[in-house]
Amino acid sequence: MKQSLFENRHKAEWAQFSLLLDRLERNKDTSRVASFPKDYRRLCQQLALARERGYSSFLIDSLQQQVLRGHQQLYRHRSRLGANALGFILADFPRLVREQWRFVLAASLMFFGSLIGIALLVYLFPDLVYNLIPAEQVSDMQSMYDPDAGHLGRSAERAASEDWVMFGFYIMHNIGIAFQTFASGLLFGVGSAFFLFFNGLTIGAVAGHLTQIGYGQTFWSFVIGHGAFELSAIALAGAAGLQLGWALIAPGRLPRGEALRIAARKSVLLICGVMLFLLIAAFIEAYWSSMTGPTPLTKYLVGAALWMLVLSYLLFAGRIRHAPE
Amino acid sequence: MLETTALPRKATLSPPLDTRYQVETPEGIDLPLRPAGLMVRALAFAIDLGLRGLILGLLFIVLAFLGKLGAGLGSILLFGVSWWYMVLFEVLNQGRSPGKHWMGLRVVQDDGTPIGWSASLLRNLLRFVDLLPFGYFLGAISCLQHPNFKRLGDLAAGTLVIYREQPLSRPLVPDAEPRRPAFPLTLTEQRAILGFAERQGELSDARVTELATILAQPLKVPAPRAVAELNGIARGLLGPA
Repeated sequence: MKQSLFENRHKAEWAQFSLLLDRLERNKDTSRVASFPKDYRRLCQQLALARERGYSSFLIDSLQQQVLRGHQQLYRHRSRLGANALGFILADFPRLVREQWRFVLAASLMFFGSLIGIALLVYLFPDLVYNLIPAEQVSDMQSMYDPDAGHLGRSAERAASEDWVMFGFYIMHNIGIAFQTFASGLLFGVGSAFFLFFNGLTIGAVAGHLTQIGYGQTFWSFVIGHGAFELSAIALAGAAGLQLGWALIAPGRLPRGEALRIAARKSVLLICGVMLFLLIAAFIEAYWSSMTGPTPLTKYLVGAALWMLVLSYLLFAGRIRHAPE
Repeated sequence: MLETTALPRKATLSPPLDTRYQVETPEGIDLPLRPAGLMVRALAFAIDLGLRGLILGLLFIVLAFLGKLGAGLGSILLFGVSWWYMVLFEVLNQGRSPGKHWMGLRVVQDDGTPIGWSASLLRNLLRFVDLLPFGYFLGAISCLQHPNFKRLGDLAAGTLVIYREQPLSRPLVPDAEPRRPAFPLTLTEQRAILGFAERQGELSDARVTELATILAQPLKVPAPRAVAELNGIARGLLGPA
């Protein structure tokens, strides 16, 4: 068949398909698209014919463009996250954490191990803190948590608008740290390990130092509440990063690129959960931890309850299948 | 353009001469995508960087009037713009951030389908590693050594930055008396002659004559008539208008 005959015979069909594509791409009026897969496969067949018969480049290229656009519409990946956010929060996220328990355990050991270890060391050998943190920062920390000053956290008795400032600050700062901890895991896990140790050592040194000089009450009652979400989120971000690095170190039977892609797809889900944790943590830190009204005992009780909540959520949520899934 | 046409059945495709990337669809069609190289991507990123600076600058001027509330909003916005700018544009604007849009690029998955939330989030979070140790050093190295110019974030997320398809306009095939070639043409030769006819408008007359003269002898026509002969064959292949 001559090219011009072929073109004339299918011209109307192609124009209609192109209109259909326009509608689909703009997500408008997708009601009359039942024939789309069939039309698309017919177009594929026509492209194959055009190639086989050696028709001109213009025809083949324009058919190719149409097929590519159709391919993008027909085979687009449906996002699992947007569709069932509730299912993810209730079950999939804790399941994923338990599935990746090796990395979670390793990251938690690195982070909490270095945190507790250095806190004890600084408590026993107070001068050690100056080896880890510059002296000005130490004195800043001291003035922040000074029990005589009668205020908590980073600034004086704060107005509601100030809580809002800190909320913004915590979101930016903490999620930024979590993202760094995760992303640097691509360097064979070394970066994640570094950030886990680094953050563990800094937080631990500050905790040990403040407890040792007798500011423990103000410090611990401030941090215990949001710490449940914030610290576990950092550990989980580290776990996601280690997972990336491990896929490169020990890809198993897959090529390294493929192993990395599969690990990355899982770890990004972990990061979504981490972001959720950090949003909750920022909220608690800005609006509850900074309140001076409740007694330290109340804060300890609430803090302990929050820790129990996080642990039991990660350990037990989603073990039984429920309706929303 | 030529090597994909005249292959015997079931033969594997020879790798293309240029940097095109073939996606095989489930229908058995090979779709060529054109991956974008380091330079054009760097330019697109520079545009995005400038634009982000501009947005933040303007927002901070506005927020400065709001005092404390503005400071809180400001840090959320800083966070949003620095980590989410790319993700939002890529997912909601068909794989194009403003910089990519101006440079004629877009991001797609490895299989040519539009990029989704998780892949976009991944490739933009891992930008942090591509930046190391300074100024996109690792990203540039990875981009330069990879056949499809992927940086580390693209490798992990399974994404590809390609040139967008530009709409084609129908080329003008010169008028000539349809002719039958002196000998049977292979598919490759047929495509070459059609290509010659379709692209004649873009070439100078001297170049057209020069190209056609090469074929004068096999076509058994005198050199000055070679152009008309080739156009005639092309017309003959295309069929009546």
